[in-house]
Amino acid sequence: MIGRRFLRQALPFLSLAVVLAAIFFVQPRTMSYFGLNLMLQYAVPIALATIAQMFVITVNDLDLSIGPFVGLVGSIAATLLYDDPVLGMAALLACIAAYGAVGALIHSRNLPSIVVTLGLSFVWLGISVLILPTPGGNAPGWLKWLMAVQIPLVPFPIVAAIIIGGAVQLALMYSSFGVIARGAGGNPRALARAGWSMLWTKVAMYSLAGFFGVLSGLSLLGLTTSADAHVADRYTLYSIAGVILGGGEFIGGRVSPMGAVVGALTLALAGSFLIFLRISPDWQIGAQGAILIVVLALRAAVTLGEARR
Amino acid sequence: MLKKTLACTIALAALMAAGTALADTKDKKIALSNNYAGNSWRQAMLKSWDKVTKKAVADGIVAAADPFTTSQNQVTEQAAQIQNLILQGYNAIVINAASPDALNGVVKQACDAGIVVVSFDGIVTEPCAWRIAVDFKAMGASEVEYLAKKMPDGGNLLEIRGLAGVFVDDEISKGINETAGKYSQFKIVGSVHGDWAQEVAQKAVAGILPSLPEVKAVVTQGGDGYGAAQAFAAAGRPTPLIIMGNRQDELQWWKEQKDKNGYETMSVSIAPGVSTLAFWVAQMILDGKQVPKDLTVPFLRIDQNNLEANLATTEKGGVANVEYSAEDAAKVVAGK
Repeated sequence: MIGRRFLRQALPFLSLAVVLAAIFFVQPRTMSYFGLNLMLQYAVPIALATIAQMFVITVNDLDLSIGPFVGLVGSIAATLLYDDPVLGMAALLACIAAYGAVGALIHSRNLPSIVVTLGLSFVWLGISVLILPTPGGNAPGWLKWLMAVQIPLVPFPIVAAIIIGGAVQLALMYSSFGVIARGAGGNPRALARAGWSMLWTKVAMYSLAGFFGVLSGLSLLGLTTSADAHVADRYTLYSIAGVILGGGEFIGGRVSPMGAVVGALTLALAGSFLIFLRISPDWQIGAQGAILIVVLALRAAVTLGEARR
Repeated sequence: MLKKTLACTIALAALMAAGTALADTKDKKIALSNNYAGNSWRQAMLKSWDKVTKKAVADGIVAAADPFTTSQNQVTEQAAQIQNLILQGYNAIVINAASPDALNGVVKQACDAGIVVVSFDGIVTEPCAWRIAVDFKAMGASEVEYLAKKMPDGGNLLEIRGLAGVFVDDEISKGINETAGKYSQFKIVGSVHGDWAQEVAQKAVAGILPSLPEVKAVVTQGGDGYGAAQAFAAAGRPTPLIIMGNRQDELQWWKEQKDKNGYETMSVSIAPGVSTLAFWVAQMILDGKQVPKDLTVPFLRIDQNNLEANLATTEKGGVANVEYSAEDAAKVVAGK
């Protein structure tokens, strides 16, 4: 019994290990500090966006605007934050506040989050195009420095992934706030009866999503060094796939922060693996989808076994 | 003087190298990182790359020249792709970039890893990379210059633009309008967006025609000339001089008119084979040649006398193309 439960939780890590082993086999050059650093760099912003998405999925909602939001943060940081740090910071804080307000709106009007966030994705994109009509701008120096930092022995992206995953894991799985937050997704009525404000829980979770979205945008800008409104359009799907791949479920409350980070890394590496195999681009999206389906099928098999007992 | 001598020396060296001593790069690998393959121009571009580089590999000039295309024209995807190419040990990466700025981070990483980066068409601004740019503004200007020579009396012009909000459209249109401003005999009486597609252009022109006085000539951006001709014919108006954009259907129509009534015009666009120019430039840099960081692609212009030759080599539904040889590339580098 413990074996199966353990297996289910270990599945994301196993998938990562399999993809990593396959990459090392196909391209031994990647098995080095330099190789891992290069391959995993772009996984850091994806991991942060996945965590943001995870907060929203925790309260049983779905965020279809995280990709354009990350693009917006990049556009703000490459222009406002670069020219005037105070104004830039204020703008980024306003972005987080906007996310919290969206949470409040969705809760108080009982709106479907998919519709609201889908609409907002165009709003974010519109604002970033207004701020940055053509690709350009500059990343603040400290951001570039941070993303290019070289830690001895272990590549920076791996350290970053462990810190991000670990911190959120602690906060969401082992704190009393985390219990309420997950409960708000799993059984909101019960929690409301127990006297907790669902409104504020949602606002807090959406604000956290906004906060991690901002971190994702900043880290992405640190890597690209200049911004483009469309830079992160794919992140919406990546982040949802990462959460699910990492053991989360759409029923609300059932999430795993460490798993989500691992899921994001797996997705990023799967892309590299397909390029190393020289699979034609027409097949790459399909192949990525196939990897997702295989992992989910495995999980379904494990869960089914669990239920039978 | 010194500059000129230098340029001549480089050209000479490059020419000699092209003929003889290419062996230096025989164990070098070149990759093409392409962001998009969804239209006929890009397909022709990839085909040209394939044709020219396969021969170069077979001749032992380079060890490999593999094309990689991202599926969705996304910056982050292309950045990851380029990082993987760095890891795969390519000596040079030729890029048609999804964004002029947002790939700078990864391009710098490639440069730092000792890799030669050559961008073309969709260029990158990172200073360590080479750029083979297209001067779209000059292309627009060349159309009006041609008309000025052809029609000293001038007249009314109709402008067909491309896809609204795209950099290329702005540049070509700027070139056309600025140059038209210089010649007082021309007056642009109307401007429509044809989206570089025949059907859209035809509809747009048909829509504006009833409100226009006599139109002497139509300035275009490519992919819209045939549609414009159809719209004029359908409206029963005399066919003006329509500048063409090297598409096969445009050249075909021009040929028919020429045979029928001696119709005269010209056709200008960028040859998709520019990818092969980028390939040779990368090869020359790997070979230790001095190549300026900023190069300009020559346009492919078709005139009355070479129409038939170009039409014969253009596939149905395709775009007139030229593939570059090592010698041609050396000439472009030398600025000739």
